[in-house]
Amino acid sequence: MNKDIFVKAIIALVIGSALLTSCKPKNSSDAVSGDAAQKAYVAPGKYDEFYNFVSGGFSGQMSVYGVPSGRLFRVIPVFSVDPEKGYGYNEETKPMLNTSHGFVPWDDLHHTEMSQTNGEVDGRWVFGNANNTPRIARIDLKTFTTKEIIELPNSAGNHSSPFITENTEYVVAGTRFSVPADNSNGDVPINTYKQNFKGHLSFVKVGKEGDMSIAFQIQCPGVNFDLSHAGKGKSHGWMFFSCYNTEQANTLLEVNASQKDKDFIMAVNWKKAEEYIKAGKGKMTPAKYAHNVYNESTHSATSEMKTQVLVLDSKELKDICYMIPCPKSPHGCDVDPTGEYIVGSGKLAALIPVFSFDKLQNAIKNKQFEGEYDGIPVIKYEAALHGEVQKPGLGPLHTEFDGKGNAYTTFFVSSEVVKWDIKSLQVLDRVPTYYSVGHLCIPGGDSKKPFGKYLIAYNKITKDRYLPTGPELCQSAQIYDISGDKMQLILDFPTIGEPHYAQAAPADLIRNNGQLKFYKLADNKHPFVTKGEKETKVVRSGKRVDISMTCIRSHFSPDNIEGIKMGDEVYFHITNLEQDWDVPHGFSIKGANNAELLIMPGETATLKWTPDKVGMYPFYCTDFCSALHQEMQGYLRVSPAGSTVPITFSLGTNLSSATK
Amino acid sequence: MKKVKISIISKGLLLVVMLLFIGSLFVPMWRIELAAPQYPEGLVLQLYANKIGGDVEIINGLNHYIGMSTLHTENFFEFKILSYIVVGFALLSLLLIFIAKRKAVRTFFIFYMLFVVLAAIDFYRWNYEYGHNLNPNAAIKVPGMSYQPPLVGYKQLLNFGAYSIPDTGGWMLTAAGILLFFIVIKEYKFNKSETV
Repeated sequence: MNKDIFVKAIIALVIGSALLTSCKPKNSSDAVSGDAAQKAYVAPGKYDEFYNFVSGGFSGQMSVYGVPSGRLFRVIPVFSVDPEKGYGYNEETKPMLNTSHGFVPWDDLHHTEMSQTNGEVDGRWVFGNANNTPRIARIDLKTFTTKEIIELPNSAGNHSSPFITENTEYVVAGTRFSVPADNSNGDVPINTYKQNFKGHLSFVKVGKEGDMSIAFQIQCPGVNFDLSHAGKGKSHGWMFFSCYNTEQANTLLEVNASQKDKDFIMAVNWKKAEEYIKAGKGKMTPAKYAHNVYNESTHSATSEMKTQVLVLDSKELKDICYMIPCPKSPHGCDVDPTGEYIVGSGKLAALIPVFSFDKLQNAIKNKQFEGEYDGIPVIKYEAALHGEVQKPGLGPLHTEFDGKGNAYTTFFVSSEVVKWDIKSLQVLDRVPTYYSVGHLCIPGGDSKKPFGKYLIAYNKITKDRYLPTGPELCQSAQIYDISGDKMQLILDFPTIGEPHYAQAAPADLIRNNGQLKFYKLADNKHPFVTKGEKETKVVRSGKRVDISMTCIRSHFSPDNIEGIKMGDEVYFHITNLEQDWDVPHGFSIKGANNAELLIMPGETATLKWTPDKVGMYPFYCTDFCSALHQEMQGYLRVSPAGSTVPITFSLGTNLSSATK
Repeated sequence: MKKVKISIISKGLLLVVMLLFIGSLFVPMWRIELAAPQYPEGLVLQLYANKIGGDVEIINGLNHYIGMSTLHTENFFEFKILSYIVVGFALLSLLLIFIAKRKAVRTFFIFYMLFVVLAAIDFYRWNYEYGHNLNPNAAIKVPGMSYQPPLVGYKQLLNFGAYSIPDTGGWMLTAAGILLFFIVIKEYKFNKSETV
C-alpha cells in the first residue's frame, strides 16, 4: 500500500511540476507558429512586397531591406563616408559632407521619412536626419543616392527630424539640445541654461525638384525636443512636437529631467507662422550653415555656405505655439491617418494619452489654458484629451497605424507591441518582442494611407536571438503579420548600425518611379568627362597632373602612364563608358590613402592620389565586370622629383623608345 | 496573247500591298533575340530598312570577347539601298493598279520572290561572315566554334540562345507576298473568262 502512495505521490509531483513549468512565460521560439516561415518566404528570383528604408543609427547610413523577407539590398551612404562606394572620398562627393564645422566624416542617422503627396507616400525621395551635427539629407529613390544635405543652424542634436507635411511642403526639425543661438555669445556658464539656452524648430522648404532651403525657424523655450509628426487632413497646417526636460535641467537629466509629472506636446500652427512671415514679423538673423547639392549631370556636388536664417519668436508672436501637457517625458508623437488623434507616449508612463485635434481647437478658441510656459499658453490636459489607453504596458515609445482604426504602440520596458483601438482606446492584442523594442514601422504607417499588412519592430537589445559575435551583438528587427486580428511574429532579421525609425512603401511604387539604370554618357557634363578612348589624356600643370581616363570591359585607357614625379598631386578622372545596366567599374591604385572609386555606367569620378615613393604603381578594376575583369589593370611609373621622364600614356602599344 | 484585266478586288488588294511596303519602312524588318541568364530582360538586334537598331552597343561589347567584328550601319551597303527598293516595290504595286494586267502582277510576284530569295542569301552571307570571320587575338577561342546566327529560328551560341525571326516590317513584307500570291491565283484560276 505504501508503495502505491509513493507512486501516486511521484506522479502528482511530476504532473505538478509540468503544470508549473507550463506557467513559465513562453520563450521566443514558442511565439512563432507553424506558417510563419511561409509568410516570410520570398522564393529565389521573386521580389518582396515592400521596400523598407531603415535608419542606420550610428553608422550614419540608411539601409534598404525587402519586406517580408528581411533581405538587405543596399546601404545608402548619407552622413558617413563609405570607402566602398568612394562616398566622401572621391572629389565629387567630398562637398556633400561639408558643414559650418568643415568636413564631417561621420554622423548618427536616426529617422527616415518618405516624401508624400496628399498625405500618401509618393516614392520620390526619402529624407534622413543627422543627429550630431544637425543636418537633413534628401535621398533620390531613382538612384538610391544622397542628392542634397542642408545643415541646421541654432540646433544641436537634430533628433526631432526629418518629419514632413502632407505635401512635402516642409521637412521639419526640432533641436534635442537647446543651446544659445548661433549669433549670440555661447561662451556662458552652463548653469545659465534657463536664461541663455533656446530651442529652435526648423521648417525646411522642399521644392518640386528637391532644393531644400530653411524657410524659417521658430525660437522656443529651452527644452529638449524629442520627436514630431505633421498633422494631416483636418490638422494639416499643424505640427506636433514632444518635449521633455521642461524642468530645464543642464546636468544629470536622467534624474533632473524626470521630476515633473507632465511635460508637453507642443502644437505648432505653421500656417499661422507663414502669415506672420508675410506680415514681416520674422527676423533675419546671421547664421552659418552649409547647403550641399549633388548635380546629376556634372556628377559632382557643390557646397554653399549660407549666412542668414529667418527666425520667429514664439514668445512674441502669439497663436503659433501651444503646449499640451503629456505625462512623463513624452517620446513618440504620432498622428493617426485621419489627422484627428495625436498620440503622446510618455516613455516613463504606464498609460497612453490620446489627444483630439478638434478638442484642441476648441480649447484654443475658448482659452482653456492652465497657465503659460515661458510665454507659451499651456492648454488644460483634459480640454485636449480624447482619452487614455489604460494599462497598455510599460514605457510606451512609438505608435504607427494600419488605416483600419487601429494603433500599434511599442513598449520599451515591457518589450512588446500592443494593438489598440484608436476610438474606444481598448487594448486588442499584444505580442512580445525580443527585446526592448524601439521604433516600429508599418508601410505608410504615419501617412493618410497605411498598408496594414506587416509591422516591423526595431529592437534595441537582441542578446540570445542570433549566434554571438563577441561583445557587440548584431542589431535586429522583427516582422509581424498584422493582416488578421492577432499579430503574428514571422521573422527576425539583423540590421546595420542601430535601427531607429524606418519607413516602408509598396515595392511597385519605387520600382516603377523611373528607376535609373545608367547615366547617359551624352548628358555627362563633368568638367573632366572623357567620352571616348580617343579623348583620353594626361595633362601636367605644375605639380598637378590630371589623368582623363576611360574604362570599358575590360580595360582602362590609358593603362600605361609614365612621367609622374614625386611631389605631384595626381587626379584620376575616370569615365565609365559602359551604357548598360549593372556594369559599374571600380578603380584603385596601390598606396591610395583614401579609397577606391566605384563608377556607374556613364559616370565620371575622381580620385586624388599623391605618390609617396619612387617606383611602379599598379592599378586595377575592383568591381568584377566581365570574364576578363582580372585582366583589367595598368601601371603608373613614378620617377624622382626633377626627373626628365616625359609624360606619356598609352593603351595596347608599348611606350616609345624615347621614354626608356 | 490575251491580255486579261484584273478585278476590282485585286486592285484593292494591290493598294493594301503598296501600303504594306510603305509601312514596313517605319518599323524593324527583322530581329535577332539573344537570351542569357545574366540578361533576364533579353537583348535584341533589330534590322530596319535603313539601320541597325536595338541593343547594338551592348551586343558589340559582348562580341568583342569572341573576336566578332562590331556591327555598324555604315558597313552595310544594303541599308543604303533597301529603302529605295521597298519604295520601288510600293510604286510598282501602285502602277499595277493602273496597268491592271494579270500577267504584269504575276511578273511582279515572281520578281518579288526572287528578291526575297536574294535577300535571304545576302542575310545568310552576312551571318556567315560575322560568325566565322573572328579576330585571331580574341580573348575567348573555342576550337571549332563559330557564331553564325540562324537564318530563321533558334540556335544556342555558347551561353546565348539566339532566336532569329521577322519583326513587324518582316511580317508586313510576308503579308505583301501572300497577298500578291493570292491575287495571282485568283486571277488565273477564277477569272479566265474576262478578256479585253
